[in-house]
Amino acid sequence: MSATDVHRAPALSPEAAIVDRHWRDLAARRRLYTVGGLLFLLLALSGSLWFANETNAGKFFDRLPYIADFFIDMKPRDWFEPVRALFDLPSPYDDGSLQFDYPEGRVYLTQSIYIPEYFYRMVETLNIALFSTLVGSTFGFLLCFSAASNITASRWLRFTTRRFLEIVRAFPEIVIAGFFLAIFSLGPIPAIMAVSIHTVGALGKMFFEVVENADMKPDEGLRAVGANWVERVWFGIVPQVLPNFMSYFLLRFEINVRASTILGAVGAGGIGESLRLSISRGHEAKTIAIVFLLLCTIVVVDQFSAWLRHRLVGRQAFTYGRGE
Amino acid sequence: METAAINDIVARHPDAFRRSAWRRYATPIGILLCILYSFYCWWFFSIGIVLEKANWNLASAYLADWVSYEIRPDIEFKDNYLEINYSRFSKLGSNPNPEWVVKQTAVVEQRADAKKMAPAVASDKSSHDSFMAASAPTADNPATLPQQSLPAAPETVRKETVVTADIVFGNGRIAITPKLVTVTRGAQSIVFDIARDKSVTPRTPLPDWIEQRRPGSTAYISFGFFGRAEIQSDEVIAWRRFLGWANFVFDTNSPFWGKPFGEVASLIASGARIDPKRSNAALAWDNIANNAEWQHGDVWLKLLQTIVMAFVGTVLASVVAFPLAFLAARNITPSRIANQTTKRYFDFQRSVDMLIWALFFTRGFGPGPLAGMSAIFFTDTGTLGKLYSEALENIDDKQREGIRSVGATPTMVQRYGVLPQVLPVFLSQSLYFWESNTRSATIIGAVGAGGIGLKLWEAMRTGTNWANVFYMVLLILVVVFVFDTISNYLRRKLMGTVGNGNDERPVRLLPVA
Repeated sequence: MSATDVHRAPALSPEAAIVDRHWRDLAARRRLYTVGGLLFLLLALSGSLWFANETNAGKFFDRLPYIADFFIDMKPRDWFEPVRALFDLPSPYDDGSLQFDYPEGRVYLTQSIYIPEYFYRMVETLNIALFSTLVGSTFGFLLCFSAASNITASRWLRFTTRRFLEIVRAFPEIVIAGFFLAIFSLGPIPAIMAVSIHTVGALGKMFFEVVENADMKPDEGLRAVGANWVERVWFGIVPQVLPNFMSYFLLRFEINVRASTILGAVGAGGIGESLRLSISRGHEAKTIAIVFLLLCTIVVVDQFSAWLRHRLVGRQAFTYGRGE
Repeated sequence: METAAINDIVARHPDAFRRSAWRRYATPIGILLCILYSFYCWWFFSIGIVLEKANWNLASAYLADWVSYEIRPDIEFKDNYLEINYSRFSKLGSNPNPEWVVKQTAVVEQRADAKKMAPAVASDKSSHDSFMAASAPTADNPATLPQQSLPAAPETVRKETVVTADIVFGNGRIAITPKLVTVTRGAQSIVFDIARDKSVTPRTPLPDWIEQRRPGSTAYISFGFFGRAEIQSDEVIAWRRFLGWANFVFDTNSPFWGKPFGEVASLIASGARIDPKRSNAALAWDNIANNAEWQHGDVWLKLLQTIVMAFVGTVLASVVAFPLAFLAARNITPSRIANQTTKRYFDFQRSVDMLIWALFFTRGFGPGPLAGMSAIFFTDTGTLGKLYSEALENIDDKQREGIRSVGATPTMVQRYGVLPQVLPVFLSQSLYFWESNTRSATIIGAVGAGGIGLKLWEAMRTGTNWANVFYMVLLILVVVFVFDTISNYLRRKLMGTVGNGNDERPVRLLPVA
């Protein structure tokens, strides 16, 4: 009893009572919103789950016992097989079929030195990612200044550039890849095109946001001595934003490695294609080798890029999702 | 400014004017390296060769297909008359008679073989009708056909058939008679003599919009966007291109097809039942959803699957990552083992590519949205967990101390000391991922993980359905923009209510710990 006495508020003045009531109303409304929002979320979630289950080929509970089939199917003949597949060493099980023909894929540099097939494919995927990041960031760099409100005065130009970047970013990569696949036939170039075009949009947006946050004092100084637009951008803005641009470039590279792997799996070359082929043909050892290689590469790329970004921009190093 | 003053400034700021060699040359060296790397890639992917070999005419044709469609009449040369056919699933329905094919009919004497005999009597209007009628009886009782064609003594009948046909293109026309074809584009006109089944011979030299690879062989005519045509020795094939999407609402099998909007509306509202089993509105809806060319129903279902995949995947990932992030943050959970285990687990989930998760779950659950949402869920648990734990490690400790100092339980400290600081950041991150997952869900769909990706991919692989591809792309763009806007709005609201007032834009970037 005494506790409630202690906590009982002293009698409020009429004005304070109004404030108090108002606060209680606000708190109650806020709670209502929270509960309502959560209920809505729950409803949407359960509806979505039901819908997904209904339209899936296998039903969730029927398929749950088979969930690990992917790995169970992948049990190789012996545990050295994946190593042989990874380094293209001859297999003792070789029966002339595609399953054990590891040495066939060797890419010879000289008479005796070769790159194992999957390493070569991995390099191909990394090259796709790096080259398209380079191309995309070049165009993103060129476009970002005309989208930034502190650099470009023309509202019309800004609007056009921003809408362009948005459309390019939202345009599904797979459609660009599919379109160029139809023109160029199979190969990595459709993937380069698709990833680059997407990168222009994604990096262009990141870049112009950095530019808009830049310190305008150098620009002011340059303007005072009569520098033209290009000089103002090049000497006033670029030195400030370059570290952040490079940091975003590296982040984008990480994302693009994953994107080009996936695009590879739908026919655009690189390690993704090898993975899809080996899975669909049921080649266990090859699949394990590729999955392992892919895992290692992504870890290495992520760590390296995180380290480099840290060096470039220190605590300012930004991180964000795989997204755009 | 005098020289002395300049020298003075240079002397006072040596670091600005005499920078180290590294700082001076870093930019040019970087640019040079990039250029060298580009050359290397040019060679590695043999880009030059591929670009050279690429079929750019195909590219423009495909691009045109996105927003237009072609109708292909075949005009076959007969002895003294013409026979006009349309492809079997013509976009003009089963009885095409477009106004851009101007026909002149006359009664001519024609040799009728047994196959043509029966219908020849029946047909009276255009040659097209005679064709349809001709094929009908043979299709109905094909068994009688050989018997009929055995006594195929040439016989003549007189009937009205097409003797000239004019195909009108936007910028030209092709006038066809059994022996002579006149092609006009703009002011230029070329006359071709046709020796049936032997040769096609132009009377004058060909302009650059007509190509004939060998004398007497097929002539290829281009009308730019309006279409193209081929003059062969036995027929003229025209591809007439029209802007727009053909039969977008109703396909040719629908009773509503070809009717103007007002008529369809009045039929639905007050017309007599076309199908006695259901109302006209239900029939119209069914016809739209099951439109054979556009497959609206299926496209919408797949799009909804994609949306659901992104939504459920992100929500579940957030829900799972939330408690794990508290375990991973070293300022919340003091145990180093727990921190490191959770963090390495996040790294593992993140590093296994979404592609591998997608393949894994597609094998487990079978193709469909369950596989896709599980893939998104697994990948994003790692990423969100990492971001959440970094946000937790960056919190302001004063609030926690304050709560603790008044004797709150550990749970209460988290609830009132930590959560209010990080919840907007968490939600904002999740919203951001929701938005970007809507995009990635399209891609993983193509490897079988459900949603519109596979449908899109299949439509592209056939190489003929570009209008459908564009339709789906537009739907995806609309969905992405709508979600973008919702997520941006919610994020601005969230971040607006909590501190950080100087930042107008939604906070999407978190400093690394």
